[in-house]
Amino acid sequence: MTKSPIIEIAHVDKWYGDFHALKDVSLSVAEGERIVIAGPSGSGKSTLIRCINRLEAHDKGRIAVDGIELTEDLKRIDEVRREVGMVFQQFNLFPHMTVLENCTLAPIWVRKQPQEEAEATAMRFLERVRIPEQALKYPGQLSGGQQQRVAIARALCMNPKIMLFDEPTSALDPEMIKEVLDVMVGLANDGMTMICVTHEMGFAREVADRVVFMDQGEIVEEAPPAEFFTSPKSERTKAFLAQILRG
Amino acid sequence: MVTTSIKWLRRNLFSNWWNTGLTVLVLYVLWSAVPPFIDWAFVSAVWHGEGRAACLGPGKGACWPFVYANLDQFIYGRYPAELRWRVNVAFLLGLAGLVPMLIPRVPAKFWNLGYLVIAWPMIAIVLISGDRPGLIGVDTDLWGGLLVTLIVAITGIVASFPLGVLLALGRRSEMPVIRSLSTIFIEFWRGVPLITVLFMASVMLPLFLPREIHLDNLLRCLVGVALFSSAYMAEVVRGGLQAVPRGQIEAARALGLSYWQTMGLVVLPQALRHVIPGIVNTFIGLFKDTTLVLIVGLFDFLGQVRVQLSDMHWSTPQGAATGYVFAAFVYWVFCFGMSRYSAFMERRLNKGMVR
Ligand SMILES: Nc1ncnc2c1ncn2[C@@H]1O[C@H](COP(=O)(O)OP(=O)(O)O)[C@@H](O)[C@H]1O
Ligand SMILES: [Mg+2]
Repeated sequence: MTKSPIIEIAHVDKWYGDFHALKDVSLSVAEGERIVIAGPSGSGKSTLIRCINRLEAHDKGRIAVDGIELTEDLKRIDEVRREVGMVFQQFNLFPHMTVLENCTLAPIWVRKQPQEEAEATAMRFLERVRIPEQALKYPGQLSGGQQQRVAIARALCMNPKIMLFDEPTSALDPEMIKEVLDVMVGLANDGMTMICVTHEMGFAREVADRVVFMDQGEIVEEAPPAEFFTSPKSERTKAFLAQILRG
Repeated sequence: MVTTSIKWLRRNLFSNWWNTGLTVLVLYVLWSAVPPFIDWAFVSAVWHGEGRAACLGPGKGACWPFVYANLDQFIYGRYPAELRWRVNVAFLLGLAGLVPMLIPRVPAKFWNLGYLVIAWPMIAIVLISGDRPGLIGVDTDLWGGLLVTLIVAITGIVASFPLGVLLALGRRSEMPVIRSLSTIFIEFWRGVPLITVLFMASVMLPLFLPREIHLDNLLRCLVGVALFSSAYMAEVVRGGLQAVPRGQIEAARALGLSYWQTMGLVVLPQALRHVIPGIVNTFIGLFKDTTLVLIVGLFDFLGQVRVQLSDMHWSTPQGAATGYVFAAFVYWVFCFGMSRYSAFMERRLNKGMVR
């Protein structure tokens, strides 16, 4: 299975002041591939995926998404952001807009879609995440799991080629985690290229093509899930797995 | 019914000795101030008559005929009587734009706002100044009264809002030059009293400008008031911007929205909602501060009331009190109106957005 890489991260470094947050990180992701990034808190997982849509700027190395290299050039950044959807731990829905308006905002203003078309698309994706009946409510009236599903639908409405998830279930009550993971599994089965930062190891086993383990700003190990869980190579990975599988 | 109100009184006004004492004290103060005022303003007040003679005499209260006889001056100042219809037309055109703007149900807010802040001001300036061939010009020296108060207040409000929003965004910009310029501008204007600004605008500015450039005194004050209030507005808006979580900006940017789209569609609508009371508070403060233009020789509403007080024809012992009570009442009506409208908007906006 050789597909052209849709994301190329080569020798990337990133500093926050003196703090070295990413250390010579390289990762290449093929179209349709599902990557799970795991690692202890503060290891640079969020920083890495936020560099992919340039919510953070990397200081050294090269990042290219779908052939577009990320530089200071604002036009390219906008191009990349149109191709890359992102789902956040805190949902970050726009509280002053209805669910439907949340979903149509970017298609109307960024993709310049006519309103009716954007609404039809939004309804299709809201059905897909199984909450079309909430379309006219405000985010504050929904449960956490529902809000996160709306956030996924909102990102999908831009018809992205790649979806980034930054701990999408970490802020959810346990009984709502499954409804969000189910949507993500569905998305994976449809062939979406996905990078998920998550500690849901069941999800990693089920859908990931590769699991990437980060610690202290470095990629320590990457392997298919079967191998990653059964025979981790590094001591750090073993320690992490022991902790997370126990807890 | 009676027993419940007695219970309410017990619980709220006489629950212990300290509260009982306060209640009695407040009742005493009200008793000694309110009835005499009502007596002065209504019961013993003079309601009809002509000239000071009508209001002279022992035991007479407020001299209301003074107010009606001078109402035109209070409103227009020395604006020529035969041309006052132009001011009225300008006012009605403004009202025709403002009323639909304030009623949420009326559609086409975008065009309405455009009319109100761009088209109408230009029409109004032409009408009031008569600065067009075919119209009789009226020099700003002749403008006065409520006309000047409203011109200063409306200019201040219309100019300070967009300027304040831009300055607030500038102060939070990631570009160091824009950030420092905005900060310096805001801190400069906040550090200077409005009186000083007006003095500088009216007395010092002409000294620095080349002689050929003649700026009208009123215009200079308008610029001063607008810049001064935009600095206050900027700080109020900045407070609102700080209340919007960073994640909102990140989510908008991640969707591909540009900086201005992010600010205009996502951040500002939330930020401004948080600070409606602060914004209206600034507007109310500005409205009342317009009286300071008095010290640079402009006759606003309060100034005009004072001018009419010095009219020998109406000079009575209670004249000043009557004039000032009337002035206070007019200012209060405007400010209270703004305050109620803001409370209405706040309730309306909070209904949908549950956090
Ligand atoms: N904006 C920032 N300024 C300074 N330090 C930051 C910033 N964002 C993240 N960091 C630091 O970088 C490190 C990696 O953070 P992050 O990528 O969020 O880790 P993770 O998502 O793996 O928990 C942490 O030590 C964090 O404190
Ligand atoms: Mg993180």
